[in-house]
Amino acid sequence: MRNRYVALLVLALASLLVLAVTGCGGGTTTTTAAAEGPTTTASGDTGTTTAPASTESTAVAPTGDPIVIGAVLSATGPGSPLGEPERATLKMMETELNNAGGVLGRPVKIVIEDDQTNPKEAVTAVTKLLQQDKAIAVLGSSTSPSTLAIKPITEQAGIPLIALAAANKITEPPIDWTWRAPPRDALAVQKALEYISGVMKLKKIGLLHDENAYGASGAAEIEKRIGDFGLEVVAKESYKTEDTDLTAQLTKIKAANPEVIVVWGTNPGPAVAAKNMKQLGMTQPYVGSHGIANKKFIDLAGAAAEGVIFPAGRLLVPSSFTDPAQKSVVDTFVAAYKEATGQMPPTFAGHAFGGLTLLVNAITKAGSTDAAAVQKALNETRGVATPDGIYNYTTTDHDGLTVDDLTVVKIQNGTWVLAE
Amino acid sequence: MSFDQFLQYISSGITSGSIYALTALGFTLIYNSTDIINFAQGEFVMLGGLVAISMHEWGAPLPLAFLVAVALVGIVGVIFEQLAIRPLLSAGVLAQIIVTIGASLAIRTVAMLIWGRESLPLPPFSGDSPIVILGASILPQTLWVLGLTLVIVVALQLFYRRTLTGKAVRACSVNPTAARLMGISYSRVVLLSFGLSAAISAAGGVMITPVSFMSYSAGALIGLKGFAACILGGLGNPVGAVAGGLILGILEALTVGFLPFSGSSGYKDGVAFLILLVILFARPQGLFGRRTVEKV
Repeated sequence: MRNRYVALLVLALASLLVLAVTGCGGGTTTTTAAAEGPTTTASGDTGTTTAPASTESTAVAPTGDPIVIGAVLSATGPGSPLGEPERATLKMMETELNNAGGVLGRPVKIVIEDDQTNPKEAVTAVTKLLQQDKAIAVLGSSTSPSTLAIKPITEQAGIPLIALAAANKITEPPIDWTWRAPPRDALAVQKALEYISGVMKLKKIGLLHDENAYGASGAAEIEKRIGDFGLEVVAKESYKTEDTDLTAQLTKIKAANPEVIVVWGTNPGPAVAAKNMKQLGMTQPYVGSHGIANKKFIDLAGAAAEGVIFPAGRLLVPSSFTDPAQKSVVDTFVAAYKEATGQMPPTFAGHAFGGLTLLVNAITKAGSTDAAAVQKALNETRGVATPDGIYNYTTTDHDGLTVDDLTVVKIQNGTWVLAE
Repeated sequence: MSFDQFLQYISSGITSGSIYALTALGFTLIYNSTDIINFAQGEFVMLGGLVAISMHEWGAPLPLAFLVAVALVGIVGVIFEQLAIRPLLSAGVLAQIIVTIGASLAIRTVAMLIWGRESLPLPPFSGDSPIVILGASILPQTLWVLGLTLVIVVALQLFYRRTLTGKAVRACSVNPTAARLMGISYSRVVLLSFGLSAAISAAGGVMITPVSFMSYSAGALIGLKGFAACILGGLGNPVGAVAGGLILGILEALTVGFLPFSGSSGYKDGVAFLILLVILFARPQGLFGRRTVEKV
């Protein structure tokens, strides 16, 4: 009797675990967020002191009430590789702005809230920023789910939101009060397909993608745009982020005789795929996504990473900046970031730099922090250069970038070189 | 599907399946002596891989990294038993099973704080160049995993059947009360089972890391699949656990190969678990389990 009772309960527990593991589209996100919630301590992200002490600067010290800009970042949790450099960038820029005389002659105060990579926490954070801190604009969040969670709130409040995440949906209407700094995912898809059809002159694609939101939406976008470039998907397979071996999927793809393998996902899946392709003796070129635009991919895939091609922001290969104005902006930013943190700025630091630059530019042009005036100024943004590109916002285009702001990178001898 | 493709799917299934098998073996050891389903089993696999990665980074050769990881995680298993299971010994099996879920979350969080969130690599034990067998290419690492799994299963059988300690463990699994009356220390048997189970799972973790990398969150899915393999093979039977793991892995891989449409890999877990359900309807005691009759 007792055994039967135990077995039943074990079964119930097991099914609960199944739900916890497979029920979430994000693969790792839901289960881990629950585990991290109470234990990770927010690393002192709330409340930055206004310190406009500009003793050595020649600029006039800012006076008056501070201009409060809110930021919701994923400083802890699975999104922290994105949120942490963004936090460092905003801290650095706050000091810089105030040393240079502030904005509109007033000091700038950036209040950073940590959403722990959790959309629910992001909602709480943005509500606090709007109601308690009276932020005149908000930057964030680092990850797409959090950004999509806070967007309705800023839209309803009529406060400008500069999104720092890449999901296509973020700049789908309504976008009266939402703009975006990083290039959206669809742009990377376009860049990759352009390269396959235009430069590599290949036609038949074998597509392998992660089943999480990033991989699935990337795969959907590829299939949507494929006709525009005269390409064809001859095989399409998927995997779970934690899958240990992808040779089954690749064997099936191999049987369809593709000319190029496109892998859309974030680490570690694409690295496993690269190694498995070598194992199976597949010699087709490997085109990845911007999700592998990091050293981690090279570390994981090792020798199998050689020759992998993927679309990425130009910050990955700084020599790719050709526009002189943009080059000087990027050089200044890279130098300042290196001095502040001792590291090369990752792509995400560039997003935060771009977001704040665009916002400050609009406030200065509007000559006021009035929401409607900033909205109008943001929509009139023309030719503002950041590491992510040169922005031209309009009332209908709140992405501001074109496919030319991205570049195509190839891995050679363990580092990135321009493929274009 | 050609024959060499078929073999390639089998080889792919064996690669994933062997890690399920070792995890299932860990489940079996603890279940046999305590009736506890240890839901933190996958975390031992994860810890094994991550400890070996750190050892290797600090300059230890691979065999040493392997041994240290296995020993260290074995100790973690013992501490785990002392801190989480021992205080609940009188509260019943259910409370102990539930506490393993809590412990798994705690272990995962600690691992995240120590090793970070990203996947980490480990070089293969003996090279990267695949061996071609009948048209299917297999990594040497897969052979290592299979070979070591075999060694562990044989060693366990010898331990259980030929040594006094092993017989004591089996006695406890049959009837703890009677075993105690015969002078066997039940609590020491439980402690031993946890240590051994954690060490075996850790060995699996170290061996699979060169193939699939390791991250703090990888234990959850491996634990789940290992549990499924256990049920498939028949809960409590070490040989069944290993067979169940390999069968589950091969089922998953063949699902990808046999479903005739593009994108079938999305259904691989679903189909594998469906087959698992069907088998359990036909044989509730699992493929290799014995039907036990209970008198009420």
